[in-house]
Amino acid sequence: MNLDLNGLLTFWARRWDDILELLGEHLTVVAVALALAMVIGVGVGMLVWDKPFPRSTVIAAAGVALTIPSLALLALLIPVVGLGWTPTVIALVMYSLLPIVRNTVVGLREVPPAIMESALGMGMTPFTVLLRVQLPMAWPIILTGVRVAAQLTIGVAAIAAYVAGPGLGQFIFQGLSSLGSKNALNFAVTGTLGVVILALVVDAAFVAITRSTTSRGLRA
Amino acid sequence: MPKQPNTAVLQIAGKTSGALIELDHVTKQYPNQPVAAVQDFSMTVQPGELIMFVGPSGCGKTTTMKIINRNTAPTSGSISIDGRDVLSLNPSELRRHIGYVIQQIGLFPHMTIAENIGVVPKLLNWSKEKTNDRVHELLTTVGLEPGDFAHRYPKQLSGGQQQRVGVARALAADPPVMLMDEPFGATDPITREKLQAEFLRLQASIGKTIIFVTHDFDEAVRLGDRIAVLSNRSQIEQFDTPANILTNPANEYVSSFIGLGTAIKRLVLIPVTEARLGPASAAAGGTTTIRTTDSLRDALDALVLTGLPALAVLDEQNRAVGSISVDQISAVLGTEVPVLAPTAEV
Repeated sequence: MNLDLNGLLTFWARRWDDILELLGEHLTVVAVALALAMVIGVGVGMLVWDKPFPRSTVIAAAGVALTIPSLALLALLIPVVGLGWTPTVIALVMYSLLPIVRNTVVGLREVPPAIMESALGMGMTPFTVLLRVQLPMAWPIILTGVRVAAQLTIGVAAIAAYVAGPGLGQFIFQGLSSLGSKNALNFAVTGTLGVVILALVVDAAFVAITRSTTSRGLRA
Repeated sequence: MPKQPNTAVLQIAGKTSGALIELDHVTKQYPNQPVAAVQDFSMTVQPGELIMFVGPSGCGKTTTMKIINRNTAPTSGSISIDGRDVLSLNPSELRRHIGYVIQQIGLFPHMTIAENIGVVPKLLNWSKEKTNDRVHELLTTVGLEPGDFAHRYPKQLSGGQQQRVGVARALAADPPVMLMDEPFGATDPITREKLQAEFLRLQASIGKTIIFVTHDFDEAVRLGDRIAVLSNRSQIEQFDTPANILTNPANEYVSSFIGLGTAIKRLVLIPVTEARLGPASAAAGGTTTIRTTDSLRDALDALVLTGLPALAVLDEQNRAVGSISVDQISAVLGTEVPVLAPTAEV
């Protein structure tokens, strides 16, 4: 079975609207999941960063979530929340938590002791120190965690079509389930290529976001 | 909603130039440590005094200092600032009125210099204009051009400049008390001397009550109104003026801490004018000159450096008022003239 480039181009021309819609869905579900995971992950990180036992527990738990095969996780979610967007978002959030929580904890803990001492010594409350000193200083590290999570979830989101979730996975699954038919390969290739391109674009976007939201005083 | 600060904190805050600090039988015992870090420490610091805590590493001098701003909680004893019991105050509110400078400076790298200096004013809810004016005033005070430095980030400054910002930041809300933990320890010798001189000049005009921790006895002699020589468990071996400690060390420990060269160290404290100057003609030929505002150590230094028998002494108007030689310096040390503390009024 060989890829027919002309056929692929024709396929794209005919299905352009579908492709764009799926790309949009894919991006949306990843963005929604990342936003939720960021709120949860950074929040949890802020709660546990200075408490050894909760800290290790949370990171271990997030690590375990990451080892569950995505297909299994999605299948497990069906009886609980049904099909479609909901199980997809839940699964993506679970996969995103480890890099985000871990990087938040690392970032908050990496603030040099001298800076913590002078912040407290000047009369900031521990909460003010967290908000005005630690969080801004940890920001580039936290964003790196989100960036890793973004790469991870763009890939995992492709599997979500298995639970009738949104995104380019629909093309990939359609291709796989119709192997041998005329457009099977076109579907699979388009879906895969879309995922790869989306991953590259999002990664570049993160470089720009990190640059524009990090204090000039922290940039190398 | 910010809580209304305790009135006792406001009473401390109301005072901007020097407050009385009293430590009464203060002990700090860390759990699982065989001996106390600070044992039964009592001291009264007068308003506007610059007190040096000198001692080897691990003697408890920093711990003692940190008890004052409640950075470290004492196991027993009491601390008061201007009669207010420090231990009854909210620690964060208290610290906004105690300037704090540490060796590593601890400037916030993500904030500009102006933002760094404005941290405490912001905590005290000062208006933007008031904070801004204060930042500019302080930058000028510590010798950094506000237009040039206000919007830079800490990493764009040299070590000495950062330390000046550290001092400015501690002075932001005009606190009556300053705690300084080896503030100039990490700078090179030349910068350190410069910072020390600037700091002395600054203190002469602001008159804060300052606890200054150092392990450098020469720095203590140069800066302190009084020096507390501390040994293990923060025991006070001697607490007196630099001159008295140099001429009359209380015990072996203090002598060994002063080290060699007490005569030369004493010379730092004595202005050239204390010597009986020779005739101006004796210095003929030397291009190096001494000023009446210099110390005898400066004079000796110049004599050794040039190898000349005598150097001309010039007054403020650059008129030669006499000459100085090694003999005349020795004569000052030989006679028991009352030596002056470095911060004595001119």
